[in-house]
Amino acid sequence: MESSLKSEKGYDLLLLSGEVDLQYSPKVREKILGALRQGKPLLIDMESVSYIDSSGIASLVEGFQTAKSAKLPYGLLNISDPAMQVLTLTRLDKIFSLYTSTEQFSQQL
Amino acid sequence: MTNTSSNAPSIRIRDLYVDYGARHILKGVNLDIPSGKITVIMGGSGAGKSTLLRCILGLKKPVSGSICMLGKDVVTASLKEIYALRKEMGVAFQGGALFSSMSVAENIQLPLHEHTSLDQHTIEIMTRIKLDMVNMLDAEKLMPSELSGGMTKRAALARAIIMDPKLLFFDEPSAGLDPSTAAELDDLILKLKGGLRMTIVVVTHEMESIFKIADYIAVMSEGELIAAGTPEEIRASTHEVVQDYLNRKPREGIVDADEHLRALTEGSD
Repeated sequence: MESSLKSEKGYDLLLLSGEVDLQYSPKVREKILGALRQGKPLLIDMESVSYIDSSGIASLVEGFQTAKSAKLPYGLLNISDPAMQVLTLTRLDKIFSLYTSTEQFSQQL
Repeated sequence: MTNTSSNAPSIRIRDLYVDYGARHILKGVNLDIPSGKITVIMGGSGAGKSTLLRCILGLKKPVSGSICMLGKDVVTASLKEIYALRKEMGVAFQGGALFSSMSVAENIQLPLHEHTSLDQHTIEIMTRIKLDMVNMLDAEKLMPSELSGGMTKRAALARAIIMDPKLLFFDEPSAGLDPSTAAELDDLILKLKGGLRMTIVVVTHEMESIFKIADYIAVMSEGELIAAGTPEEIRASTHEVVQDYLNRKPREGIVDADEHLRALTEGSD
């Protein structure tokens, strides 16, 4: 699993790739919560996520909860098929704000 | 007999022999369990299917043979290696095996507390994700004694999948359930297969469940694997015992009327 945080105009972009599982989800959680602590909107690019387990999903949920409390825009970008399968199974595809381009996210900031 | 599938096997069983005392329970079982599919191990009482499951789980040592999964042979693995393998396995036991002194949520969280150092908040969210998957989100604070049979099975399933195991085992999931609840559990198993990256093995003799959920079927009889294949292949099997089993007929020839009468009236030798 790899992750990198980039500062974009008006928001942070967290790029996740590979397998987000029990081993790596604590790192992902720390990155998400750390980025939100900076008080900026957060967009998480999930195009290259080959697998995400429920600990990874839980990290995304914690981020969602934190962003909501802080009234910060929070979204998921280009979700890969394997990640979408898990989001659908957990019915979170209806909860998270999903985007197919960074422009789409920027427009609602 | 050896059976292979077009998929790389997730579990590879070779020449497995198990005895209980003088009784031969498994008599040279060879089976490849395909990856990412639902395999049903079926057979009547005493066929050896539960013993086979116990061997796969590392709970019963065979007399000889091998069971390779996730790169390890369970038969020769050390206790430490078996514990490591068990982190990759989820098991939903027939009776649920929930701890009566703990709430449903505490039962489900147990493997995470034991095997991970995840933040408690993450653990709580993961627990609710799994409870939601098994349609029990409103039952997290209930105690096992407050659950119906179907709820107990679903709670056990939630605990079995809490670590997102690579291998998920069910021992007689429909046993003791009414047909409607059993059907719901089958739907749940299919839903999990669709969304999670798991190889699922179900041990059962419930015919309706078998053909509803199975991608691959292994038929056991008297300690031997007598047939294995897709549901269509099993339905088309010409093996007499398989056909008798599918048609739910008692096997001819097992009971010799005269001998049976003599055994009942005079006792066996």
